[in-house]
Amino acid sequence: MSVDESTVRRVAKLARIAVEDHEVPKLKTELDAILAFVEELSELDVDGVEPMTSVTPMRLRLREDVVDDGENAERVLANAPAREGDFFVVPKVVE
Amino acid sequence: MSDLLDFTFAQARTKLAAKDFSAVELTRAYLDAIEAARPLNAYVLETPEIALARAAESDARIATGEAGALEGLPLGVKDLFCTEGVRTTACSRILGDFTPPYESFVTQKMRDAGAVMLGKLNNDEFAMGSSNETSAFGAPVNPWRRSGSDAPLVAGGSSGGSSAAVAARIALGATATDTGGSIRQPAAFTGTVGIKPTYGRCSRWGIVAFASSLDQAGPIARDVRDAAILLGAMAGHDPRDSTSADREVPDFEAAVGRSVKGLRIGLPKEYRVDGMPAEIEALWEQGAAWLRAAGAEVVEVSLQHTKYALPAYYIVAPAEASSNLARYDGVRYGARVPGRDITEMYENTRAAGFGPEVRRRIMIGSYVLSAGYYDAYYVRAQKVRTLIKRDFETVFAGGVDAILTPATPSAAFGVGEMANASPVEMYLNDVFTVTVNMAGLPGVAVPAGKSADGLPLALQLIGRPFDEETLFSTAAVIEDAAGGGFTPERWW
Repeated sequence: MSVDESTVRRVAKLARIAVEDHEVPKLKTELDAILAFVEELSELDVDGVEPMTSVTPMRLRLREDVVDDGENAERVLANAPAREGDFFVVPKVVE
Repeated sequence: MSDLLDFTFAQARTKLAAKDFSAVELTRAYLDAIEAARPLNAYVLETPEIALARAAESDARIATGEAGALEGLPLGVKDLFCTEGVRTTACSRILGDFTPPYESFVTQKMRDAGAVMLGKLNNDEFAMGSSNETSAFGAPVNPWRRSGSDAPLVAGGSSGGSSAAVAARIALGATATDTGGSIRQPAAFTGTVGIKPTYGRCSRWGIVAFASSLDQAGPIARDVRDAAILLGAMAGHDPRDSTSADREVPDFEAAVGRSVKGLRIGLPKEYRVDGMPAEIEALWEQGAAWLRAAGAEVVEVSLQHTKYALPAYYIVAPAEASSNLARYDGVRYGARVPGRDITEMYENTRAAGFGPEVRRRIMIGSYVLSAGYYDAYYVRAQKVRTLIKRDFETVFAGGVDAILTPATPSAAFGVGEMANASPVEMYLNDVFTVTVNMAGLPGVAVPAGKSADGLPLALQLIGRPFDEETLFSTAAVIEDAAGGGFTPERWW
């Protein structure tokens, strides 16, 4: 399996990582190498095998349905790159 | 006072209790050693004021007879653990000067037990790497050198700062994390002991996530006993991590020195990989002979899906990483690079913030999870994972108590030596360790010998789920038989 350059651009878009035109051929080579490596799995017969969903057998527990945290706006916002009052600031998303 | 650095924690604990020296004196000795060892680049942030304040608190508790299990232990913390009020970066530019307003569960437990934080340790960016060379702070340098050479070697990865610091005696113990070998491989490269416990043994809360179904915290320590003491203080149930195991933490230290007589040790034939260096093969046979001499029965076993573990890992881990790392968007914390609109801001922020290896893995993860490929890649890899786990279950059900393998396919390699290699060549470093994460099992790396050019080599022991005790007993036998000599000559 190998990818073409438009797939590299599409994946970069999905991953929300800006990629410059000159980086595309190198990324394609690297992704091809990794995909060729994992291709080995296709030789295995996995019919009827359950995909793993939990590595150790455990039941998920439910906690008490009570508020036990919150009112921490200052702490939550302390590392914000941009804030106004108790809000994170982002570029305008609706016109 | 440099001889203070010679004590293991178990030895220092006795001396501290006898008031032969104070926790402040011990901490000062380590802080001085850290300053002198800056060329190793093991620490990305030193916190001497915090260390001295906590050491003074330790002395007060020792004086009133309230010493905890790690009282006065000078500890290095991998920069993947969130530390309250202390910059935490995962060694990535994208986190900028992120300063967590909270402490990870594991480091909080260690702090409560009396550990003294010396600073934050280097690691591969987001723990993705096998040489610590993907760190935004540059690679730490292995305190070991090949005989007759001064070429800098890598300390392994991703926990290369942790392994370098413990080996160089600039931390008496260190926290680390292991997703595919990131505790055991760096421990193997530096002559230290590293254990990845069973998945769920340690809480992941407050540790920067890489691949959540594989990530586990554990210690890197000077010897097997110290590793047991450290793990005892790190482990335990945490309701804030839904995968944290709600079960009692045994007295791991009590397992050190326990006889291995009658234990059955398996040697998996599939680990005899093509091109395995003769000295690794010889080390493995030596380890088996030592265990036989101690009364264990050594048998050949088969883990037939071993060769598929690494390719399956390179689907599962990047897939989980691409999802986990979606949170770094320049909105709530970390660095931000502006754009014309919000999408461009995300893209510019992530392009500038992630290094090449992290970007590669996020892209692979996005690809294998994308429409049309999910079944062919991700679901298939999770099926292979079931088969890998089943191999181990069959071997353990057959009466095998632990599995002995080499820890790494080679000794430490040079800084920059793999710069022109394909990413896949670097991934092969984890060929012996990655199966353990895929199956959620505990694994320990223990130094067992030296390469022809004088570098430490290690063996790995793999145990049943939640049976770290057998690993500590067995690793201690190998450690004793190997007879020490795993302290590097100081050149820095």
